[in-house]
Amino acid sequence: MLHIVNKSATERSSLDSCLRLATKGSAVLLIEDAVYAATKGSSAAAKIQAAAAGLKIYALGPDLAARGMAGRVLDGVNVVDYGGFVELVAEHRNCQSWL
Amino acid sequence: MSDMDMEDDGSGIVKKFMFLNRKAPHGTVYALEGLEVVLITAAFDQDVSLVFTDDGVYQLMKGIDTKGIEVKDFSKTYRALDGYDIEKLYVDQTSLDARGLTEDDLIVDVSVLSDDEMKNLMDEQDVVISF
Repeated sequence: MLHIVNKSATERSSLDSCLRLATKGSAVLLIEDAVYAATKGSSAAAKIQAAAAGLKIYALGPDLAARGMAGRVLDGVNVVDYGGFVELVAEHRNCQSWL
Repeated sequence: MSDMDMEDDGSGIVKKFMFLNRKAPHGTVYALEGLEVVLITAAFDQDVSLVFTDDGVYQLMKGIDTKGIEVKDFSKTYRALDGYDIEKLYVDQTSLDARGLTEDDLIVDVSVLSDDEMKNLMDEQDVVISF
């Protein structure tokens, strides 16, 4: 499954819930304000890095750039563009948007 | 104009206004709308303090490039605020620390406050408006 999270981890619990309930081997795509979680020094960074052992973590590049965060992405997080977003949706059997 | 009218229109009363920004810049419209309201308030010669806390500190990041998401980059506007006599900008150390940020990462000069300093600043306001 592809999990899509769009809310800041320091404002909502959706990332925590997603990481708690995603099965091993699933993909998690961080978009919009959720991309802050994938940046160095953020309070969610440790959670993301721990999760990356069992999940594939992606972050949307244009959303990182729009937030001044393009140069701060955590190691182990894959940055994708909109084309990559489409490919992720296409290559997974199902997807879940955490609102 | 009579004295009565002068009193009624309330001109000359200066209140302490705090605008409290707690949202990241593009995921919601709060940051942009808050900035618009701040600029309007500046026209009324009030004592304005602008506070960025929690995810609000992200509004002040350097290096923002919004071309890829096709929305307005309003981050430059923060640098124009002193032209509107809005010079009291504050962030809190706790929020910077939680996000791995320092003052050097921010697009404008700000005063960095401790939690105690921030709570006193809030307490002394006449009006607090939250975005």
